[in-house]
Order: sequence, then C-alpha cells, then structure tokens
Amino acid sequence: MNGRRLFRWRIAVGVGGVVFLVFGPQVFELFAIINLTTAIALAVLALSLGLVWGYGGILCFGQTAFFGLGAYAYTVAAINFGGTSWAIVVAILVAAAFAALLGYVMFYGRVSDVYLAVITLTVTLIMYNLMRRTSGPEYKIGKSLLGGFNGVTSPPINLPGDAAAALLPEDVFYVAMAVLILAYFGCVWLTRTHFGRVAVAIRENELRAELLGYDIRAYKLGLFAIGGGIAGVAGILFVNGVGRVTPDVFSLYNTALTIIWVIVGGRGTLIGPILGAFALFYLTSALGTQSTINNNLVLGAILILFVLLVPRGIVPEVIRLWERGISRRASLRREQRLRRRKPARPARETAD
Amino acid sequence: MHFGGVAAVERVNFTLRENELRCLIGPNGAGKSTFFKCLTGQLEPSAGSVVIRDFTVNGRQPHEIARLGVGIKTQVPNVFDGLPVEENIWLAARRWHPAPRARVLTAETIERVRLGDIRNSPVGSLAHGQRQWVELGMVIAAEPWLVLLDEPTAGMTHDEVALTAELIGEINRTATLIVVEHDMQFIRMIANKVTVFHQGSILIEDTMDVVANDARVREVYLGHRH
Repeated sequence: MNGRRLFRWRIAVGVGGVVFLVFGPQVFELFAIINLTTAIALAVLALSLGLVWGYGGILCFGQTAFFGLGAYAYTVAAINFGGTSWAIVVAILVAAAFAALLGYVMFYGRVSDVYLAVITLTVTLIMYNLMRRTSGPEYKIGKSLLGGFNGVTSPPINLPGDAAAALLPEDVFYVAMAVLILAYFGCVWLTRTHFGRVAVAIRENELRAELLGYDIRAYKLGLFAIGGGIAGVAGILFVNGVGRVTPDVFSLYNTALTIIWVIVGGRGTLIGPILGAFALFYLTSALGTQSTINNNLVLGAILILFVLLVPRGIVPEVIRLWERGISRRASLRREQRLRRRKPARPARETAD
Repeated sequence: MHFGGVAAVERVNFTLRENELRCLIGPNGAGKSTFFKCLTGQLEPSAGSVVIRDFTVNGRQPHEIARLGVGIKTQVPNVFDGLPVEENIWLAARRWHPAPRARVLTAETIERVRLGDIRNSPVGSLAHGQRQWVELGMVIAAEPWLVLLDEPTAGMTHDEVALTAELIGEINRTATLIVVEHDMQFIRMIANKVTVFHQGSILIEDTMDVVANDARVREVYLGHRH
C-alpha cells in the first residue's frame, strides 16, 4: 500500500471509530453495550500482541500475564485507594514494569524465540494457578481480598479525582472506545518513529541491526514493556466490562485466543488483530447460544484453516487482493487508451 | 579460536595501519571467516585478543563494535529482506545522524550504489548482486572509518564486480578496509597488500605480485603434488 492510500485508509478508520464511539450507545441496548466494552478490551489486548509479535517479531505466548496483572492491580488498588484514578496509573505501571522485568531476563539473557514463547506461556499459567489458590481471608492485599477461584468484584471507573462519580456502563463504553482509538493511533505513530522502524528491522534481521550499531536487547525490551503496558490497559477495560476479575484472565484458553486473534486478523498490521478479536468474540458469543457443536472445536478448526489457507491473516490478504485489483484496473485503462489512440497514428503517418 | 578440539585460527598476528586496504585470501577452511567473525564480535576468541584503536573487542557485543565506527558486511548478505531498499539504507544512516541529515545521506548512498531505480522494492525480491550492494550501501551510509567486507562480490556478474571494485576504491579514500575474497581477478583490481591464510595461520603477507608468484601459495591453492 502506498503512503497516500495508507493515510486515507487510516483517516477512514479513525472517522469510523469516532462515529461508532458517538452513536454506539444510541443504537445498541445496554446489554449489547456492556458486551461491546468487553470486546473492545479484548481488542486492545489483541492490539498489544499485534504490536509486540507483528512488528517486533517477539512471539509472546503469555500476553495475558500483563493483561491479568493489569486487571488485578487495578481492582486491588481501586479497593485500597477508594477510587480508580490512581488505580489506573498503578495498574498500567505494574503491567509495564513486570513486562520490563521479564523482558530484561529474556532479552539480555539472549533467550531464543521458541524458549521465549515457552517462558511467557509458563509465566501466565503460573499466575493462573497462583491466583486460584488465594481463596481464604489470609490472602489479601491491604483491604482487598484476592478471592481465589471466584476473584474480586472490580469497582467501575470514576471521574478523575471524584470517587463518588462512578461511570455508568454507557460511559464506560465511551471510555473504552476512546482508549481503543487512542491505543491504535498511538501504535501507528510508534511504528513510524525511529524506535518503531528499528524494531521492525530487528524482526527482519537481528544480526544486521546489531551490525548497524543498534542494541537490539534494549529495543526489544522497550517494545515488550510498551506492549505489556497496553495489555495492562486492556485488563482495566476488561474488568470494567465484566465487573469482576478472576484467575481466568490468565488462563490457557485466553492466552491461546489472543494468539488466534492476531493470526486470523493478520500479523504485521495493527487493525488486523483488532478486527480478529471482534470477529472471534462475537463468533464465540453466537456459538455459546447453541449446543450442537462444541465451541472450542470451531475455534480450533478456524485456527487450522487460517494457518493452512490464509497464513498471513485477513487484513494482509484483503490488501493484497485489493492492490491486485487496482493494478489490473490500471492496466485495463492503459490498454483502452492505447486502443483509442491507435486509429489516429496510421492517419498521421500517411500524412507525413 | 577453537571449536571443540579443532583449532580454526591459531597464532595469527595481524596488524593493520589506518587507511590501508588489505585483502585476506586463502583456500576453503583456511580460517578467514573465523578470523573475520572474531573481528566483528560474532565469535569470541578462546585465546588472544583483538584490539581496534585501543579498544579490546573480545567478548563485546556486535553492536558495541559497530559503534566504534566499524562497518561490517557479512559473507551471506544480512539485509532487511522485507523492507524497501531505501528503508534499509535509512536505518544505517539514521543510527549516526539526526533525521534531516539521514534523509540526505540515504539519497546520496542510493545513488552511489546505483540502486535509484529500485529504491522502493523490497530487498528480498532483488537479485543476489543487488542485495550485496544494498548491504554495501548500509555500510557506506554509516560513514565508518574501518570497513570489514566478507566476500563482497559473491554471486555478482563481471560488470557488477568491476563496479564493486570501483566502489571499494572510493570507500578506501576515507576508510581502512579489510576484504575477504575468493575471486582472484577482483583482488587484482583492488589489492595493494594481501594476507594469505592457510590452515588457521598466516602463510604469507605481501603485495599481490609477490603472493601470486609464491611457490607455497601456489601449492596451497592447487593442492600438493605427489
């Protein structure tokens, strides 16, 4: 896609997002709005993995670790502080800092790609099992019980600095949608900076990036921490949609889903993972209302079909077909022009 | 440098003056590439030391060596295959210069390596010789004072080799060079002083004419006569 077309396309995405933000609550019913907030949260999670994996080439199989950590940190901090404004800041910092710590060990230890996937997967599963074992009054952080298997009820976001002014579900939707738009354009901006372009270069060829003098460990660490922070934001939005945080945020099912969203939507794009998350969220919701076919069987089949038939994902494939269409139309036009001109030429030649 | 029980490079005492252009030759397995990788930090010598302008390179990360102002082109082209030619060169220029200067330098470099017509093509789609030039372009764009090239003409046509020789001459005006090569004709075009590797050690170090007429070198290249 050339620069100008890409720019127009992004404007369209932004306008579409804002229209959806403004008119969503007027069109949909309350239940659908709450559901949408959850879907948006998952789209932000997908976006974070799309950035880290699609642009940085870092296959993090445990993006839910930062997502879940953000969710828990937000809830626990909000209960302790008696308000959510600082809890949001704390949650994002905790998620990003944990990603930075884990990233430091992995990148500076020069862990290979496969082990990186295994380590991150293991981390999220450890957290899953750890949080499941926290039922009982002795497991609490400050005023907040951790609640084990059942989790904790999360307070909804309130207006900045005013703990009494908790947002209604419609307002939470506005916040979530605004965050998604901001996060998307933030990531677009990031991938256009020097930092982002080096991250892509590292994905393409680590040794060459090093031989140019870039410390690839630091770049990967930076990108991984940013991705962790965005996943933490997704966690905050998620508990605002669902209303409580449970150990399931760390589960194998969720972490695998994150990978599937990115594969289906398309790696190497930012809008792809977002659309993948929305599509599969509503597909699983629809499948949940029937009991003929097992839900996971369908998801598994979709993943296999995509890996085999559309390995690059929906968005890159659509772009490819679209561009092929454009070049075919352009060559058709060129042919027509030539054909129109042809009769004129011999006439002039005879005149000479 | 030892790999298990095998000594790939041993007892090599190699010194280079600034602004020199030195060619390293030798038959396959002579230890040229191992020596080269020790210079660039891709391998750490098990004994001995590599010093570049008072900086001991042993055990350093490749990016630290590059930051000394060393430009490196590896044997198998290491380029950013999925990215356009321009982006490849820009990434090298931008490492050293602020954005406006990097843009200018990128444009200049693309002209120098004669890739203007294909500046927007992904490097992965180019011919082998053009990919070599992209890599050479990345080395030039960083404006290094020491340039290490491992087989810069591998896979090039005759004309491309001649252009590369010209380019290396240009680089040598401002930088010191070490060139590892197989192609004798190419070495004749550029070489001043040549170092011959054989079985992990330096066999002879002299001008191209002397080296080419040396009996031991001929024996190494043509094999032992029984």
